[in-house]
Amino acid sequence: MKKEWPLWEVFIRSQHGLAHKHVGSLHASDAEMAINHARDVYTRRNEGVSIWVVRSADVVASSPDEKAPLFEPANSKVYRHPTFFPMPEEIKHI
Amino acid sequence: MSNDTVQYLLRLGDNALILSHRLSEWCGKGPALEEDMALANTALDLLGQARLWLSYAGELEDAGRDEDALAYRRNDRQFCNLLLVERPNGSYADTMVRQFFFDAWHHLALQGLCRSADERIAGIAAKAIKEVEYHLRRSSDLVVRLGDGTAQSQKMMQRAVDELWTYTGEMFESDGVDEQAVVAGIGFDPVALREPWLSYVREVLSEATLRIPPADAFMQKGGKQGRHTEALSYLLGEMQYLQRAYPGAQW
Repeated sequence: MKKEWPLWEVFIRSQHGLAHKHVGSLHASDAEMAINHARDVYTRRNEGVSIWVVRSADVVASSPDEKAPLFEPANSKVYRHPTFFPMPEEIKHI
Repeated sequence: MSNDTVQYLLRLGDNALILSHRLSEWCGKGPALEEDMALANTALDLLGQARLWLSYAGELEDAGRDEDALAYRRNDRQFCNLLLVERPNGSYADTMVRQFFFDAWHHLALQGLCRSADERIAGIAAKAIKEVEYHLRRSSDLVVRLGDGTAQSQKMMQRAVDELWTYTGEMFESDGVDEQAVVAGIGFDPVALREPWLSYVREVLSEATLRIPPADAFMQKGGKQGRHTEALSYLLGEMQYLQRAYPGAQW
């Protein structure tokens, strides 16, 4: 018998209008317990207005071996970054 | 009247303080990291509530005792918490059943206190009830999980329910202090909480596949009047050690 509870990934939205952000993981036997645990472990200091939990096993991740074909082609395409426009001096914070 | 009010506040404060200390005994020993933190959170919520009740009691008493003097320099017979909250932690089943019985009562009690004619009491209750709503949600959830769990967890939960049942009657006993609080419009009538408490507890225990003991079973009482089980004295021995050994010590 497996004794450990399954692992869950926790996402917290800190303010309305912002996206949920991955904050960590925890163990729980099902979704309801995972929400309770996420509340107890990750929102103790007033961090959140909303919680998402996802079974870690359900997360589909890209393989580290595929790093080259997936990401390297973008490296050489600097023209995809909007950095070629002359900006007037007086415009700040862009 | 004011004396009764002080006593009334001490009861509320002592319930929160003693249960908070019991839960803090789990710190670092919980069955899982997540449960450990959840219990510590509950302990801290209750400690915060205890501070508010005891500070107010100290102010009304006007005898120069602050929250710390009331928490750390009273003897066992001067504590007036319910017997239920001083019962030892036992197993996680015992701790969760104790918590569930208390939370279900505490939530109803705070609903009553939110309507208190004393604004300070109503204010403390309004702040506390949000925390306690979560405590009750959590302990109800765990009672169902552990009751309707494995054969072993069900056995342990049933034993805890049967064992702690005798300490639940006291929550619904009314004495002169309670009556005075009702007359003054500042408190709730404990007798009136019995039916809603029983009906909620019955519902959760039945979902947890646990037998509910008879409502008219023999009940222990005396905590509110300062007559405690010996477990309280050991708890105070540890909780008050520092202030007893080094009176007035500060961080």
